Parts: sequence; C-alpha cells; structure tokens
Amino acid sequence: MKYVDEFRDPVLAAGVAARIAELCDPDRHYKIMEVCGGHTHAIYRYGVHDYLPENIELVHGPGCPVCVIPMGRVADGMALAETNEDVILTCFGDMMRVPGDGGSFLDAAARGADIRMVYSPLDALRIAVEHPDRQVVFYAIGFETTAPSTALTVLRAKALGVDNFSVFCNHVTIIPAIKAILDSPDLRLDAFIGPGHVSTVIGCRPYEFIPRDHGKPLVCSGFEPLDLLQSVQMIMEQLAQGRAEVANQYARVVPWDGNRKALEVMADVFALRPHFEWRGLGFINQSALKLSDRYADFDAEIRFDVPGIRVADPKSCQCGEVLKGVLKPWECKVFGTACTPETPIGTCMVSSEGACAAYYNYGRYAKKRLPVVA
Amino acid sequence: MCLGIPGQVVRLHDDNEHLAEIDVVGVRRNVNIGLVVDDGVAEGDWVLIHVGFAMSIIDEEEAARALEGLKLMGRDYDDEVAAIEQSRIT
Repeated sequence: MKYVDEFRDPVLAAGVAARIAELCDPDRHYKIMEVCGGHTHAIYRYGVHDYLPENIELVHGPGCPVCVIPMGRVADGMALAETNEDVILTCFGDMMRVPGDGGSFLDAAARGADIRMVYSPLDALRIAVEHPDRQVVFYAIGFETTAPSTALTVLRAKALGVDNFSVFCNHVTIIPAIKAILDSPDLRLDAFIGPGHVSTVIGCRPYEFIPRDHGKPLVCSGFEPLDLLQSVQMIMEQLAQGRAEVANQYARVVPWDGNRKALEVMADVFALRPHFEWRGLGFINQSALKLSDRYADFDAEIRFDVPGIRVADPKSCQCGEVLKGVLKPWECKVFGTACTPETPIGTCMVSSEGACAAYYNYGRYAKKRLPVVA
Repeated sequence: MCLGIPGQVVRLHDDNEHLAEIDVVGVRRNVNIGLVVDDGVAEGDWVLIHVGFAMSIIDEEEAARALEGLKLMGRDYDDEVAAIEQSRIT
C-alpha cells in the first residue's frame, strides 16, 4: 500500500476509487487518453492505474513538448548554431538531449557550437543584451503553456530594441493534435483527460467540439493523484449516464475562459503555419505557430539561412505509435534495451513527460496491481 | 519545462511593471508577471510559474499542495530548482 500514503486524503481517494468501480460496466473496455505529458508522468509516478478497474485503460497522448519535435527541426537548429559562428543558440534543458540526425544539441555543444541551456526565454534575451556582438537565437518549443512566454519575450525585445535576438519557433497547439488523434483510424477512445496548464491559457471552450462532434467527454484535470482519480470519476459519471460534456476538475487553477492577456499576446506575436511536421504524427494542418509579419524581424528562420531539413525517424523507433497512444511504451521494440533515458533513440525517452521515460522510471511499480483500500 | 512551480511575490518592481521578485522555495528571482497584472497580482500573493512567467494566481493551500507534489518527483524537481537558480531575468 506504498502509494496510498501519497494521496493527500487517502479516505477520499478510496471513496473515489470505489465509485469509479461502481460506475464501470464490467462488459465494457474503457480507453481514456490523458493528453498532457505532465499527467502521464504523474500517473506512472503515483501508480494511478492501480486504483482503477482493469477494464479502464489510460492511454498516453501527444502532449509532451520535446517528444513531438521532428528530427528535421533538431537538425535545423543544429545547422543554425554550427554554421553561424556568431550565433548563441539557447533552449530549455529538456531540448538539449533530443536526438537528431547529427546527435543532440549537447553533442553539438561538445563539438564546439555555442548552445546554452536557459530557464526562461527572458534569460535568452538577457544573454542577447549582454552580448551585443553576437546573435542570440531562442529555440522555442512547447504548447500553449510556454507560447505566451515566448510572445512576451519578443514584445520585450522589440520594446528594448534588442536587434541581435531572434526566435526559432517550434510552438505547437493542442487542439489540432487532438483532432488528428480523433481522426486516426487506429484508436478508439471513450474520453479525454484534458491538459491542466495548457487549459490555464486557452480555457475550456476550445474543447467543446469533442463532446459536440465526437460524443466524447473531456475533463480538465490537476496533477495530483487525487485530481486524476477525480477526473476519471467525472468521466465515468458522464459515460454511465450517456452524457458527453467538457468539465473542469482543476477549476482552482484553470479559468473557464483561459488567460485573456496570454491569448491576446499570442494572437499579436504569432501566426498559424499552414502545416507543421510532428514527430510520429506527420504533417498536421494549422497546428503550429510562427512569428507574425509584425515581428518578422525577430524570426530566426528569416534572419538566417535555415536548411529546412527533413529527416525520417530511425526505423527502430516507434515514438509515433506511442505518441498516438496505439502502442504502450514497453511494446516498442527498443524500449529499455537500445533506448533508455541515458541513451535515448526516440524523443519519448528524453523528457520526463515522455511516456517511455515515465514508464522506464516508475513502471516497475505498476507491474503489480495493488489492492484498493475501501 | 512544463512543471509549474509555485512562488510567493516578495516585491513588485517600481521601475518595471512586468517584473516581480518572487520567492521560489527560498530562491529569490525575478519573474515576469505580465500575464497576471490584469488579475491584480500583489505582494504576498502566490503564483504558479512556468519558464520565468507567472501564469496564474493561486491560493496558499494550492501552492503548498503543488509544491508537495513536485517534491515527490525527485530529480525533475531538483532540475527545475537548479534551472531557476541560474536564471537572471532583468
């Protein structure tokens, strides 16, 4: 009963688990996708599935920012840093280890490229101010959780007149990815656990097409094990009653209408790309952001000659199937053998939000199902 | 990166309305508050921080809960705090 202690309120958790079991039709197999990588991490970390009946399956979705970066964009960033001597390429720590065709950014840094890890895009801007003789490029990644930060940093750069700063933009948006998964013939889902922090920015309304057009519930969830259990319960109540709605379990942080200011700055600074390649999911229309024409001066893809490399994923790597929820991490041929967090082949093994890394780190706890305290 | 970490607003900067000094588990760093200014962020408030930006105002209980959850994540939590320690937002 190791993990029971980690529920803030074990009695409540046991009650929620019992209610879920009650709502569960034993003749039905339920597939619920958690879209967000943070949720995937928490589910494995706390062994949330151990509190669910066996016929409720949690399927891991594509919401891990570094996991969906295609190899070609890694190669482009690397080319930018390695062919322009005056460039300092900056990125988040997770991004440093993503494998590309010519290794990772860490490898490129070891070869002599000036690639630095930053905590915030504002740290990248500060480096630009400190090095007026260099070109500082921020390699931006992430969903709507981090996109407003990049937007505000560009606005700040413009206000300060920092003309040696630019952004290599890889921001993606969550709704087209969910649509791609709903349109995928490989997977039949019953419901979604909606992202927490992305929803802080976009709110709950953008998900309304999921119940309306697809008849499936979505519940925005917090990150504690009890939050996730309660979200599953809210989904199961809907399914048992034949309802499908968007609901908000994480209302203490997620406003129904999102963050108006964040949406405004994103609309100002970014424009939708006609299409963008996602690792494993292929090209998805209108699924990613670039700098809008008003801020084209800060667009690294315009300022520099970027090769626009396309690289196929390694044949042995099945990240695409894992990102779509079609394969479980341990069903991939190279999981835990050729591909480990120390020497990742695929992106899902790099970030702690990736399903493979989460399962590799914590999955051993999940192998034995624990009885539910009632 | 996508971990939100709670912090408490120590001081709003007079000379830059979008920056505040924030205490994150004992580490004091500047954080951008541009996304919560309209919500009336004030000294003493708790906020949820992503990559140097306060994304939302939360109550103290939620902050304590979120922090407790993060600490259980072990190395990821340590990495996040180490990254914040290196941050020098101006």
